[in-house]
Amino acid sequence: MQTETLASSEHTGTRTPAVHMRGLTKRFGAVTAVNQLDLRIEPGEVVAFLGPNGAGKTTTIDMMLGLARPTAGTVQVYGHTPTEAIARGRIAAVMQTGGLLKDVTVAETVRMTASFFSHTRPVAEVLERAGIADIKDRRVAKCSGGQQQRLRFALALLPDPDLMVLDEPTTGMDVEGRRDFWNAIRTDAQAGRTVLFATHYLEEADAYADRIVLIRKGQVVADGTASEVKALAAGRQVRATLPGADEVRLAALPGVDRAEVRGDTVLLHTNDSDGIARYLLTQTPARDLEITSRNLEDAFLALTSGEDLELEGAAR
Amino acid sequence: MTAATLTDRRPAFGGFSLTYLSLEIRRVLRNRRSLFFILVMPAVFFLLFGLPQKGQNIDEANSAAAIAYIMISLAVYGAMTASTATGGAVAVERAQGWSRQLRLTPLRPPAYVATKVLSALSLSLLAVIVEFVVGAAGGVRMPAHVWLLAGLGAWLGSLVFAALGLFVGYLAPAENVMQFMGPILALLALFGGLFVPLEVLPHVMRTIAKFTPVYGVGSIARSPLTHDFSWVAVLNVVLWTAGLGVGAALLFRRDTARV
Repeated sequence: MQTETLASSEHTGTRTPAVHMRGLTKRFGAVTAVNQLDLRIEPGEVVAFLGPNGAGKTTTIDMMLGLARPTAGTVQVYGHTPTEAIARGRIAAVMQTGGLLKDVTVAETVRMTASFFSHTRPVAEVLERAGIADIKDRRVAKCSGGQQQRLRFALALLPDPDLMVLDEPTTGMDVEGRRDFWNAIRTDAQAGRTVLFATHYLEEADAYADRIVLIRKGQVVADGTASEVKALAAGRQVRATLPGADEVRLAALPGVDRAEVRGDTVLLHTNDSDGIARYLLTQTPARDLEITSRNLEDAFLALTSGEDLELEGAAR
Repeated sequence: MTAATLTDRRPAFGGFSLTYLSLEIRRVLRNRRSLFFILVMPAVFFLLFGLPQKGQNIDEANSAAAIAYIMISLAVYGAMTASTATGGAVAVERAQGWSRQLRLTPLRPPAYVATKVLSALSLSLLAVIVEFVVGAAGGVRMPAHVWLLAGLGAWLGSLVFAALGLFVGYLAPAENVMQFMGPILALLALFGGLFVPLEVLPHVMRTIAKFTPVYGVGSIARSPLTHDFSWVAVLNVVLWTAGLGVGAALLFRRDTARV
């Protein structure tokens, strides 16, 4: 199991991490939303926080932003407390919903927010970069969900933060709105900004993150690149046409986790696809052999739903 | 993205700025409903109920002009509505999640409240000036010091209502807070003698009236005209401001502590 990501092992100890969580815990009464979470994010990484609803993503982000106080443990942002990091403009965030005054215009919202900081990028520049310069005189109430989200992104760009946090930023957006939004984020991240985003859309994590941190029940269950996380979901699938296959015998083969027989087709889930392929082609009349790796969705399901799945070492 | 340079520092005054204050004032001025209640309605009341009293004295005991008495009362009414509405706007901003958004900025909560109080005072000053201009145009004549002192009384007295607005704003996170505050304000104005002189009310109501917040401000604002300044009125204003201010501060602390 994965214990270190490449991205972090390169830099560990050489500079202040963008985010450093140690034993971070948040309990609401009897419910433990975040449980002893340890996570280190290095400057420049684009990290996806992936997990099912209720996994503790938003609570973790709230603590990172100083919106929630940890029950135990600490979180530091560029070596500062979250509140201090916000006051200094080191961290900015785009939250899921709410948070905009409906009666003011897009440009006024940005100007108002800019006035709270000691230094910001020019208003016209952030409007341009968020792709809303053309609607700057529109009242917020008249903006679509996607436009309001890009306005929140413009606000987050104002302090030119080192770390941009996005909590489920495309919830409720249509396909086009999501694409435009992510294009704006991706262009921005290319300039070297650290980005952490929470999502339950697997394709977003796969397409936009360098590193995926999979969260379940308030703990990190997997951490690595998209392909590393996919690999964690144990193995590949070997599919072949084999008339009259014996499911019990196939399942008993070394390296096979699970065997399915559907008519003439057999599906074998395995850690040793090469060995199984060799066996099928040499010892049986199997043909039409196909080996596929499991996709991120399989990894996601395997890693986030298994109640008794032992994933020790995955949480660094 | 330059670390530890000029850009990496806290803003002065907790993020307070004149840009924010002026945008806040513009927001209220752009809202037609607020404008109607703050500026138009008191002026219309003056034209309807003040002008017909032209040339009359308040009563046999007091030779001051009734029209001036009505103008000052309505100036107090405009100022209190302006202040309450501005303070109460925090309810709307909490309901819309704007206060949560503000927590992602360096703006400190005290700077936010200070901005609200200052915009309440700016708008109540505007309300007093508009009412006085309408009054002067309608024929109110008073010595300069009476204009000034009555104006100051109506204006600074509205601080009570800025506190009332904040108190209600932090109590009820509802978008329609001013819809139920409107009737309450009208009732308070009645008890404060802003619409009709208290003398015409039944004795019981007159007694109750002395304990309501508008009574103190109304009495103080009119005292330069009527020469019946009373320390009871001052005590009324001080106690209400302190009470509502402390109440608002406690609710505010509860609100900002809820992390």
